[in-house]
Order: sequence, then C-alpha cells, then structure tokens
Amino acid sequence: MSSNKTIPHSEAAAIFNKNEERVNWHDETLWFVREKRDKSAHQIPEWELLRETASQIKLNVLSNIHDYLVEFETNAQKNGIIVHWAANAEEHNVIVHSILEKNNIKQMVKSKSMLTEECHLNDYLTERGIDVIDSDLGERIVQLRNEPPSHIVLPAIHLKKEDVSETFHEHLGTEKGNIDPQYLTESARHHLRDVFLTRKAALTGVNFAVAETGEFVVCTNEGNADMGAHLADVHIACMGFEKLIPKREHLGVFLRLLARSATGQPITTFSSHFKKPREGKEIHVVIVDNGRSEQLGREEFRNSLKCIRCGACMNTCPVYRRSGGHSYHNAVAGPIGSILAPNLDMKKNADLPFASTLCGSCTNVCPVKIDIHDQLYKWRQVLVKEGYTPKAKTIAMKTMAAVLANPMVFEIVGKSGRFAMKNLPGLVNNKLNKWYDQREMPEVPEESFKEWYKKNSKSAKGKNDEQ
Amino acid sequence: MMSSKESILQKIKQNQPKDLNELPNLEPLKESNLDVLEQYKTILKSIGGDFAEVSSYAEIVAFVKENFDISKRILTTLPELSEVANLEWTNDDPHSLQNAEQILVKAHFGVAENSALWVTDEIMGQRVSTFIPQYLAIIVNKKDIVAKMHQAYDRIGNQEYGFGTFIAGPSKTADIEQSLVLGAHGARGLTVFILG
Repeated sequence: MSSNKTIPHSEAAAIFNKNEERVNWHDETLWFVREKRDKSAHQIPEWELLRETASQIKLNVLSNIHDYLVEFETNAQKNGIIVHWAANAEEHNVIVHSILEKNNIKQMVKSKSMLTEECHLNDYLTERGIDVIDSDLGERIVQLRNEPPSHIVLPAIHLKKEDVSETFHEHLGTEKGNIDPQYLTESARHHLRDVFLTRKAALTGVNFAVAETGEFVVCTNEGNADMGAHLADVHIACMGFEKLIPKREHLGVFLRLLARSATGQPITTFSSHFKKPREGKEIHVVIVDNGRSEQLGREEFRNSLKCIRCGACMNTCPVYRRSGGHSYHNAVAGPIGSILAPNLDMKKNADLPFASTLCGSCTNVCPVKIDIHDQLYKWRQVLVKEGYTPKAKTIAMKTMAAVLANPMVFEIVGKSGRFAMKNLPGLVNNKLNKWYDQREMPEVPEESFKEWYKKNSKSAKGKNDEQ
Repeated sequence: MMSSKESILQKIKQNQPKDLNELPNLEPLKESNLDVLEQYKTILKSIGGDFAEVSSYAEIVAFVKENFDISKRILTTLPELSEVANLEWTNDDPHSLQNAEQILVKAHFGVAENSALWVTDEIMGQRVSTFIPQYLAIIVNKKDIVAKMHQAYDRIGNQEYGFGTFIAGPSKTADIEQSLVLGAHGARGLTVFILG
C-alpha cells in the first residue's frame, strides 16, 4: 500500500504546504489535541511523579528484558496462549500467514497495530489471497483510500469530512455529499459489524504484555479489537518485544498515562486484558524483534524503546503539525518515528532526524520521558558521520565547522557575507540556498558584534574618552 | 541452526544494559483525597456515560421498565433482573448475540479517576456480551468505587480470569475530523447503576 519511492521529508512537506488553508487546519486540529492532553494532565497533581515512575519501570524493563521475555512466554503458555518469535518483518508476516493457512482462513479482521504497518503485513497477505479489513474507523478510511495511516493514534487526521464522505460514497455506497460525521460513522458501524460477524480470524496489536501473568492488554475506544477477537476462532496478537512490563500492578501507571497523553481522555473506553483463550479457540502472540535488539545496543538511542505509542510528541511537534504524517514515509511518524526509523534503515530515513527544530516540546510531553530531541540531534551526528546525508548538507556542515573553528576565517567570512547580502542579494538568496525557501531576507547589520563591541565596550569608551 | 527465539534472546542479552535499573516504588502514587463518588459521577458524565443511583434491584427493574425498550432483546447475568432480562444465552454461539439491544451486568468495582468499571468473563456470561449489544448497563456497589488505577490493581491482585476489561463510557470515535461520535462498534450508550 505504501509507495516504494521515498520522497524526502522536506520535499513532501513542501507539497503538503501548498494548500495553506489545509495546513493551518491540520496544525490547529493537532494543537487542539495537545491542549486536551495538557488539561487532562493538569488535573493529576502527581503527574510528574507518574511520568518519572513510568520512565523508571521502562528503564527496568530495558535492563532486564531477556528475563522478562522468558517469564512472559512461560506464563502465557501456561495460560494456553501460543507464542511465536519473529526476528524480522518477513518472519512476522510468514508466521501470521501460516496461522491463517493452518486454519484454512482466507479473511481476517484487524484492529490497530503499528507493528503490522511497520512489517507491511497487509500487502503481504493480500498478495497471498487473504482479504484483510482494518476495523478501526480511521484505519478503515485510509485503507479504502489506499493510503497508510498518517498518525499512530489518529490514522485519518490528515483528511477532512468531505474526503471521508467521498471515500464512503465510492466504497460503502453512502449518500453523495453527506458529510455528517454521525451519519458516516453509523455507516461504517453497519459495514464493519458484518465484517466482525463473519471473520474467523482477528488480529490485534498489543499495548502492554505482562511478564508476571502472561496476559496482554489492548486499548481501544471503539471496541473494535474486542468485537473482532471475541467473535473469531483465532486471535493473533502482534507485539514488538519492548511492549513488556514486569507486573500487573504496573498497568495502573501506564493506563493512567496512555490516554491522557494521547487524546486527553482519562482512560480509553476499553482496556482489555487477554489472559486465556476461550474454550476451543486459539490465541497466538507473535513477539517481534525487527531491529529492536539492535536499537537496544545503541546506548544513545535505546531509550526510544520506552515508547508506549501515545502520539503526544506528534501532536505537539511544530514540524509534524505543518508537514503531515505521510511526509515521514515511515509507519511511525513525527519525532518518535524520526528516532526509530534510522535504526530500521539509515539510508532511507536519513532525512527524518533533520525534520525537527529541536525545540524539545516532544521531550516535555513524553509520558515515559524519552529524551526525543536529544536523540534527534545525536542521530544527525551519526548520519553525517556515516555519510548518509545529502552531499550539499555535508559540505555545508563541514564548511561551517571549519569557519567556526577559526576566528580569523570567521571574521573574514562574516564581513564578506554582510557585504554580499547587502549588495548582491541574488548571490545568497537563490534557489540553490535552501535556507531562503519561504524566508524573507533579514536586514543586514552594518558591523559584526565584535566590531560593535570594540567601539562601545567600557574599556573602549574609556580609551575614547582619554583621547 | 539457532531458532529465532534463541537468536533474539541472545542478541538482547548481549545488548541490554549491563546494570539492572531498579523498579520504582508505586506507593507514593496511591495518595488521594478524592471524594470518590462525586468524582466518579463527574467523570462518567464527561465521557458520555450516564448514571442512576438506586438502593435495590427492584429499583433497577423499575428503571429498566421505564427507560429501556423491553420489547427488544435484553440480556443479563443477574438472576435478580430476570423479570426484565433474559438469562439463557451464556452458552449460545456468541454471534447470536448480535441482535441484543441491551445487556445488564455487575462490575467488580469502579474507579473514580476515570469512571472505568472492571468486569471479567465470569460476570460477563460471554466475552463479547459487553461489546455487541446496542446499549450497555453496568451495576456497581457504591462502596466498591476506588480512587485511582493503583487501588484498582491492588484490588485485582492475583485475581484469576481468562479475560477482563475496564469499561469507561460508551464506545466512541473521533476519527472523522475530530468530531466525537458515540457508538463506534460497541455500545452506543452506558448507564451505570450505582447501588447502595
């Protein structure tokens, strides 16, 4: 479903920005969600302690994940859950397909799972004749439009109700031009109810898996994960191994943080704990690595594995809000996606850590205290060093480093630069200089600060007075 | 050849931090001076749920007769409500519940900070029963409302269940232009009977 050609973030953002009204709307809508998060967080006096506690639990998990995984598997198996291990996306897809084949199932209903987006599971299954229907409303909308989700929590946030109306008219036969969200949602409810009632396999994501009990928790507002799982013979739950938490009581911490950080709700409508399959039915859990163990070994970046996928960093990010999720060409967009993606493919995702102003807002809202903006900055250094950034950027950076390292060169370059900006603006403000895209020329100062200081500092003034 | 499980675990062992980070103490998070009942009601309203304070099952029966359409299929797992709801469905094919209008069950307890109610398969009759009907009603004892999720998990402790879920309000979505619509795939409305 995702296109093979990758457009760099800045170019995709430029396209997204062509429709100013739409960008403004996108920006404001996500900011509204961010404000709801703030309001919700401020109602909890111990919010900061909650974040710190969550962060410490996740740090504990990362430092002991080997044992927790073994503990989880043992307990899940005791509960009657079948556990699979997938080293990479391909193996994950093969496992899911083999479970369906074994049960002779050709149609599957699926609730939200960013991991299956990461693994491109839908494409894989479709190519093998399996019909997959996404049941989260936002995901269903983008699936019908043949688009990937643009946000991990709000998959269709880039679309207006007019777009949804068109899509539903075309695929579900709703009235042309009826843009009432109530009407459109009701139509999707009827369409998907038929799906839930006829599918023998349901796939869900996993929000948290508990080592102590071998159960896993899936959070939704719509109830779609439950409708699928409780009506199907086979429930397949896919998780990155970092979804583990040590004990059941730790769910109390994460369930308090997740929805408040995501949408400002006190909790999702449903927080479902799956411990054992129904009699005669099957639950499979697929534990996926796909680069995570490598990220675990990158000391500076391993904390990205603390992420609970709330999306708060996206809603607050001034770049995400104005460039849209698709411009990140990765299953997880925004700031967190930009520190996860280079680990998966440095070459393809070298642009993403640069899609940030490093303002730090992401770090401030992160419920598990990931140092997101620091990691973005560190990835830039790694990517330049490893030669993955475009030539122009590398040369510019190297030149700047040389200039900044040598005071005399700095002075000369400064002087000539001021002269050029003033007298030959075309030399700097042209198509080759990306810095001038959508920026106005600043007024050129007469002199450098150093020159000004020489004239105006106390000692200089003193000298002047003496003369 | 090593299995994927072995190779993943080996790589993790090699790459995870050498020093163990201790687990934090959760006790300080449990402090609360919430008026749990008031908070419960306020939050429930704010997320689209409704409540009725009742002192007996007879009152619930009267409420159901007055407010729900009892000509339609109403399910329950509570013998006390047999006058207005059907008890004979828990062994049926779960798909056959698709025409249920309403279900009434009793929660183990509720949580004031988010109005969630804890139900497990032992009191749901069938796992799908609290998701598939058009409307949902859940009874909770007034004394069984705890302040926060930490107290909730203290209360759950080592409880055995095959499936359990916190339910907070009716099912909902805002996936179309952030417009809130109640009744996505699950119940369109939730009535909580606060008993006691």
